Amino acid sequence: MQTGTVQKTEMDSPVVDNGVNVEALLGAREALTEAPAGAQFVWRATCDWVNGTHSRSAVKGFHGLGDEQRHKTEFSFDTDHPEIFAAEDMGATPVEYVLVGLAGCLSAGVASVAQNRGIQLRSVKATLDGKMDLQGILGIDSDVRNGFEDVNVTFAIDADATREEIEALVAQSQKRSAVFDIVTNPTQVNVTVA
Amino acid sequence: MSSTINTPKPKPYRNMRYTDVIVIGAGHAGLAMSYQLQQAGIEHVVLDAGDIGQRWRSERWDSLRLLTPNWMLDLPGFRYAGQDPDGYMHKDSVADHLVSYASFMSAPLKRYSRVHRLWNEGEVYRVQTTQGLWQARAVVMATGAFAKPLQSPLEQSLPDGVVQLTTNLYKRPTDVPTQRIMVVGGSATGLQFAQELNQAGHEVTLSVGEHVRMPRRVAGHDIYHWLTKSGVFWEQAGEVDDLRRARRLPSPQLIGQQQDLNLNELSAAGVDIVGRFVGVSDGKAQFSGNLPNLCKSADLKLFRLLQRFKTSGLAFDEAELNFAPTEIPKPRLSMRFGASGVGTILWATGYRPDYSWVDMDVCDNKGLLQHQEGVVRPGLYALGLPLMRSRASTFIAGVRDDTSAIACHVAAHLDSRKQLLATAF
Repeated sequence: MQTGTVQKTEMDSPVVDNGVNVEALLGAREALTEAPAGAQFVWRATCDWVNGTHSRSAVKGFHGLGDEQRHKTEFSFDTDHPEIFAAEDMGATPVEYVLVGLAGCLSAGVASVAQNRGIQLRSVKATLDGKMDLQGILGIDSDVRNGFEDVNVTFAIDADATREEIEALVAQSQKRSAVFDIVTNPTQVNVTVA
Repeated sequence: MSSTINTPKPKPYRNMRYTDVIVIGAGHAGLAMSYQLQQAGIEHVVLDAGDIGQRWRSERWDSLRLLTPNWMLDLPGFRYAGQDPDGYMHKDSVADHLVSYASFMSAPLKRYSRVHRLWNEGEVYRVQTTQGLWQARAVVMATGAFAKPLQSPLEQSLPDGVVQLTTNLYKRPTDVPTQRIMVVGGSATGLQFAQELNQAGHEVTLSVGEHVRMPRRVAGHDIYHWLTKSGVFWEQAGEVDDLRRARRLPSPQLIGQQQDLNLNELSAAGVDIVGRFVGVSDGKAQFSGNLPNLCKSADLKLFRLLQRFKTSGLAFDEAELNFAPTEIPKPRLSMRFGASGVGTILWATGYRPDYSWVDMDVCDNKGLLQHQEGVVRPGLYALGLPLMRSRASTFIAGVRDDTSAIACHVAAHLDSRKQLLATAF
């Protein structure tokens, strides 16, 4: 952690505020180092099929800090496919949600790391694309994978920092990102029928 | 009768030997410690599991040379006196250098005394070795950071028939089967293996995780010239951001030659560079897709390091700082094992210290030794650990300061025990 930078900023320049409570995050890091059981989280979602390729997922409860927790409200997400797939287009495609998850995670990371390093952000815009060869999911060519061939993320960041400092922010946000890890590394997935 | 012979003796410690300080390990750190204790007039012995320099000779690869130039080889009381201060010493010469050091100072050495157990009995420490039992008032563990090769949990999930080697067993390219070899590890060791295997005509895949990129030379000088002059090399452990991470970092991508060793060059030479080896599925190795970020991070850290050289008042041409960014064109994400793919895995995943013989509660839940600048507890000290007191602690060049500091702790500890006894009577 770049605590040296934070101290310097507090003394030399106006207070940096990216809306991230870094003290609380660092406090949590310390507390969970002492009590690793509290660090064991379980994230959950449910999904109801609606019609055709349209489904509706919901997120409300999760487990963490040794207890059941709830979001302030239940969040709902419609997934579907566009009309060129002969679908109703009632929501973004599931693979677009993967991009959304990655973008949200990396952007949260950029803000947190910037706060911790005393860098004031003015704007952060991420543009993502994921290349996919449909011959995979359509079963045309077994050598083609179903998922993304690669994912590209471009950050446009306006901040009180040099280009190298901004590049370092983006690099560090990847290092600490859960979704980046989920997308780049294998994960055991168990699907069962109740 | 054999049963009589095997009966434990009524006085098990009858043959126990006594000294003030036991130094465990006769590598550069243990020998330097012995020198400092000698200078302070403190009685001690140095125990070693084998002979001096044995592991340099028999558990390292043939072509290995030190990553640091010879002018950094000064040991306390024993300067490098060779003809090539800017050269990089071959590992066998390092072993010879240590043997010369031991005989120069007449170190009180007990060879082939492997320590099986170290424990405390109140104020004193006892050490059980293959050559009997010792008792002392203080112990310095100089067994270092290279005690055992790090095991990967993936070893268990490899398909049958894949040959596996670790760093301490690999000697030369001709010993390795001709089928494609995967070197796992982005340290100096991993890159050196990949380079020499590739040059010897092997098909090589190099799996790279978090790594430290370093040019061999900057503006006409060795990188260690700038590291020492700028003070980065002497940075204290307390001044380093995220010390736990810094202590885990792999060695910088260097080779003991004038040339650079980096991923761009290996890739251009035909080495297949992939991300971290993270899984085995359907008879294939799986590699992480995070390699571009790790390369970018290493480039940025190198850039910052070079900036630090400049900001600490060292003058060199800005153009010299422009090192090409690391670019690995489309690293593959999986590869088959067996006839059509990887036949051999060479694990260059680093070493870890081994304190399993310490019968005291001195390690944390990750098995890492807990210490403050080498002080484990009163009378028990460590040496030769990465970033133990400063960045220099990782290197032979750091051992003078470290042993001098530990010698002060040892002397103070022995004195305080004396004074306690004096006031008791």
